[in-house]
Amino acid sequence: MRREIPMIVAFVAGVIIILEFFVPALRDVAVGIQNWYLVVVAFAILVGAFNLLRINYMKIRHQRTDWPYSIILIIGLFGMALTGLIGGINEGTTFDWLFNYFMFPMSSTMFALLAFFVASAAYRAFRARTVDATLLLAAAFIVMLGQVPLGSFWVPSWWPFFLTPAWLKDRIMDIGNTAGQRAILIGASLGVVSTSLRILLGIERSYLGEE
Amino acid sequence: MKFVLWLANIDRRIIFVLIAAAVIIPLLAPIGLPVTVTPQSKSIYDEVEALPPGSNVIVSFDYDPAAAPEVHPMALSFLRHCFERKHKVIIMALWPQGAQMAVRAMAEVGGEFDLEYGRDYVNLGYKPGGDIVIKSMGSSILEVFPRDMAGRATASLPLMAKVRNLNDVALVMDLSAGDPGIPAWVRVGNALYHRKIAGGSTAVSAPQFFPYLQTGQLIGLLGGLKGAAEYETLVKYPGAATSRMDSQSVAHLVIIAFIIFANVAYFISRRYQKGEKTERPAGPQAAP
Repeated sequence: MRREIPMIVAFVAGVIIILEFFVPALRDVAVGIQNWYLVVVAFAILVGAFNLLRINYMKIRHQRTDWPYSIILIIGLFGMALTGLIGGINEGTTFDWLFNYFMFPMSSTMFALLAFFVASAAYRAFRARTVDATLLLAAAFIVMLGQVPLGSFWVPSWWPFFLTPAWLKDRIMDIGNTAGQRAILIGASLGVVSTSLRILLGIERSYLGEE
Repeated sequence: MKFVLWLANIDRRIIFVLIAAAVIIPLLAPIGLPVTVTPQSKSIYDEVEALPPGSNVIVSFDYDPAAAPEVHPMALSFLRHCFERKHKVIIMALWPQGAQMAVRAMAEVGGEFDLEYGRDYVNLGYKPGGDIVIKSMGSSILEVFPRDMAGRATASLPLMAKVRNLNDVALVMDLSAGDPGIPAWVRVGNALYHRKIAGGSTAVSAPQFFPYLQTGQLIGLLGGLKGAAEYETLVKYPGAATSRMDSQSVAHLVIIAFIIFANVAYFISRRYQKGEKTERPAGPQAAP
């Protein structure tokens, strides 16, 4: 029954949500299922937090590699949660102060480091070794130049518009990029539909912990 | 040849220093390059202008501090534009840290206008669930957000008394750094409830939303820092994005220069190595 009940729940909930699109009479039932989903997701966040706590507690207890970072993580987890629960999360609260002066600058800094690694990686790996790589390189040059004001700044008035980086960039993005993205999108959507059907029909059971 | 080989295997710390200089120097001494506005940004501006004053606009804060340097300036400009046009703004978040980003945005913009919480804007806070949150909002926003971010009953807020579900919303602006974000709003908000959706995203994510622009499922898109600078230009309030565009311009040029140098060095060193191989006499052959 540990396997059958979740499969029945998934089948019934999925079929009702699909049918609701065609049968308006099922709307109230579908809304009820959606509200249940929102409650379950909220609890899933709690489960995630407890799991994070458990893993890091074990890491500290067995003094595994980089265990001092786990102490900082647990202090941060409880610090933010307690200040939020006690003082609220609105403007001017301790939680807001911690968010603005710890969370915000640290998180932005981590993301900003990407610029340095991208530059370094581009220097080492972006080589025109093949025709494909050369095309990619040329497209990257045009998009990078066309994306910033400096790319159009140097263009003299007599320069043909169809040779300006901005115009070429728009063509690459609107035609080549959009066609590729649409193909990926359609492929991924078909994959989602088939996986969803497999779950509803009980063929795909990896969400139950099965291989 | 030594120089070419050194260039091909340059110490990455030199690259880091040059990139840092390319970013910092234009921030300290701005070049002031003009920002040209693309049709994708202009269409969002035009839509906000065309809405009758007092229209309800949802701004979904679906980003975190990591994406803030690119996306947060969009939020500030868009909020300024909405409040200038006297639109009512309903703030919500599908990302946990999005609600806090909204608090920060309102702290920066709110003081510039005569705004009253509950009448001119509300912050409904964060709700997990992505697509399903939007789908449920199509039936009843009050059921999905029974309380606002500060814990007040949403039904008691004058603005929310007039907003039952997504049908009462004229425009949705999704400021997104990933999933859930623009695709979720397009899939549900547009495809199911036919709402007008506008988007703002990081530059790295923007290309994947271009198919939605062509089909009209997105009315416009602000892509990265450039998109944010464009909106600042449109609302005539040059801010952080406009000043950072100089840095981005120079950084892009430096990266392009790096790639050219690296390729030149690579081809010269490869030709040199090939020539060395052909000139070298054949060594003694191993005995069979």
